[in-house]
Amino acid sequence: MSEQPAIVKRQLPATPMARQIIERGTLREQAARMPFAAKVIGAIFGIGFLIANAGIAYIVVDGRLDGMWYDFRDLGYAIERLRVELRTVDGTIGGQELGAILAYWVPALIGGIGILSFLGGFLLIGSWIERRLLARFQIRTGPNRVGPYGLLQPLADALKLMQKEVLIPAGADRMLFYLPPVLIFIPAMLAWGPIPWAENMAYLDLNVGLLYVVSITSLSVLAVWLAGWSSNNHYALLGSMRTVAMMVSYEIPISLALLSVVLVTGSLRLSAIVAWQADHYLWLALLLPFALFTFFFSSTAEINRTPNDIAEAESEIVAGFHTEYSGMKAGLFLAVELGNALLTGALVATFFLGGYTLFGLEEWIPGYLILGAKATFGYFIFIWLRATLPRFRIDQLMNFAWKYLIPLSIANVLLVAIEASIAARWDAPAIIVYGLFVIVNIALTAYAVRAWARAIGYAMDVEQPAQPIFAKTIGGLKAARSLRGEA
Amino acid sequence: MDSLGIVVAFYVLSAVTIGAALSVFLLRNLVHAIVLLVLSFLGMAGLFASLSADFIAIAQILIYAGAISVLLVFAVMLTPLSSRNNANSLYVGPGILAGVAIAAIVVFTAIEVDWVQLTGDALRDRSFVDTIETIGDQLLGKHILAFEVASVLLLFALLGAIVLVTDPRGVGTDVTDDADDAPGATEEPA
Amino acid sequence: MTVDLSHYLAVSGIVFGIGVAIALSKRNVVAVLMGVELMLNASNLAFLAFSRFSGAFQEGTAPLTGHTFVVFVLTVAAAEAAVALAMAVLIYRRRETVDLDRISVLRW
Repeated sequence: MSEQPAIVKRQLPATPMARQIIERGTLREQAARMPFAAKVIGAIFGIGFLIANAGIAYIVVDGRLDGMWYDFRDLGYAIERLRVELRTVDGTIGGQELGAILAYWVPALIGGIGILSFLGGFLLIGSWIERRLLARFQIRTGPNRVGPYGLLQPLADALKLMQKEVLIPAGADRMLFYLPPVLIFIPAMLAWGPIPWAENMAYLDLNVGLLYVVSITSLSVLAVWLAGWSSNNHYALLGSMRTVAMMVSYEIPISLALLSVVLVTGSLRLSAIVAWQADHYLWLALLLPFALFTFFFSSTAEINRTPNDIAEAESEIVAGFHTEYSGMKAGLFLAVELGNALLTGALVATFFLGGYTLFGLEEWIPGYLILGAKATFGYFIFIWLRATLPRFRIDQLMNFAWKYLIPLSIANVLLVAIEASIAARWDAPAIIVYGLFVIVNIALTAYAVRAWARAIGYAMDVEQPAQPIFAKTIGGLKAARSLRGEA
Repeated sequence: MDSLGIVVAFYVLSAVTIGAALSVFLLRNLVHAIVLLVLSFLGMAGLFASLSADFIAIAQILIYAGAISVLLVFAVMLTPLSSRNNANSLYVGPGILAGVAIAAIVVFTAIEVDWVQLTGDALRDRSFVDTIETIGDQLLGKHILAFEVASVLLLFALLGAIVLVTDPRGVGTDVTDDADDAPGATEEPA
Repeated sequence: MTVDLSHYLAVSGIVFGIGVAIALSKRNVVAVLMGVELMLNASNLAFLAFSRFSGAFQEGTAPLTGHTFVVFVLTVAAAEAAVALAMAVLIYRRRETVDLDRISVLRW
């Protein structure tokens, strides 16, 4: 008997795009196919990068860079130097020294323009990241037509939205129709204020920064409702009412989770929270795992992302509260969703993942790059959730918030309050105290999450689905049924 | 409080607040009135911030603009279309008169009385760094009884509101079946 | 040009007067509630103005009694708004109207 040769003939797939993927090959094959000149340039860049790092390491260890205005690890030094220079300007306006006025306003404008340009830049690339990543999760390519690797796709989307006809539905309230896209962009911009990018680089380092963030995000609830109401459209109104109910319900677990953060760090100031994490070499993600989970999940509800995007579920309610918006108004809603996702990533990074610090690495690498990386990681987790999880129904969402998250969050606050008072009175070294709390918190969270879910009736499917028996292999549907024991 | 910035801020914020409050009185459309009421809440928050009350300003935004406005909006949705206007009742004359009279009394008192207040350097030297820490110390120290009573009051208000609105027909029946929701439908004239 | 206590109290009085006018002369229950909220806001402003400018405590940091009182006023205002709006919904259910000119007889 002749042996079958172990040759597998690779069949070319049907669609041109799949053929393109297979012909292009893996990244390793692509790298091997690169021309020699590109490899030389890459090597030069790589060695230059290493030399630059060595130089920076020498300068940092030498200490000659600390606090100078050209210390780009912390742009706050440059702003401070600018402020000192501006204060020496002569002249008076309205009884005030011109120097003082300039020293206040010019850095404020610079910071504001900086935040806006960062947001704008992220909006250009974030949409591309999201669509390519989603496609990658779904084993397809994503946009690859518009520029090299589809990089100009967000720009094309923006141009397309800008040239669309601006429709106002008949019977809609004109003034109230124009307001919501503007109103919803304001909190998305304002909430970036207190976030510290480096030690001296928080634009609006308020004493009540945490509460400010929570209250500013609660302003967008009204904008959402106005969008649905002024559209004169039943689906929009339904979508907006559901969104409002959801956003208002999930504000409470967010506040309670952040309350446990405040109990541990003892301050509402975001830079103090980051400093606590740096001083104790402990990320609050380890110490307060339930708070991290609650904050993250409730934020997906706040910013209307899957699995909580019942508001704008494309397959269910057309587009929810922004159904009737066309052109750049709809573009603003989409942009705000994107910007809010990055904002939530940055907030999670600041509160729970150590902010701009990385156990001392911020002496070498600029803090804003570290925070940017962490925020992008948070954004990646959001995209992962969007690709993987199906959407929750609105009653499932509300049940989850009120019956599951809020009781557990209150219990979490109680537990953290007990722990904080123990930590204030116990004289043991911090590593023992906080190590013990880390272990206790993680164990209790793991137990309480399952136990409370069982207690309120969330049952898991413990039955494994039966292995499918193909009808063709065994002789038909009747044979399959008799094999399984059915009638 | 004599720097140009704070003077300009005060006048702008008071103009916004008073203008928005007047518009709440004068506008015909109830939803427009609610939006302008939220604007007056935000103006008030700005005035609180100009008084160095940072925690109260943020709490004002959170509670009033974030939560009470949503309550008002839900109440507007659950009430019928026919009375969804901001019309004046029969007592509009006495109402305006009472308002003007009270405002006049308070403004006259405010301007004419020689208040014992800090001015200039004494005002600037007064430190307000840790408002939230001081408020917390007071709430859990000197005013602990009022704090506990307020928490019980909130609990009872919450329970009471839920019990009041519970439909006697049972869970699942929709109150909004009776209300008409389209904002463009005809309303009876004021 | 300074801004002192009398200015803040004047603003507070004006907003309070507008709130009184709204609360007394509107036909819709929700509009009356808006007037009440304006009145509470104006009183908060007066409390904070007195707390800022008061000459009673001049050494060191202030005890901020005014701020504490304002916290309580905010709390009570929120509770009262919730209950009042629940009652507005209940009034609509019983009387089929929220027009205060028609609910003018204190009888059952």
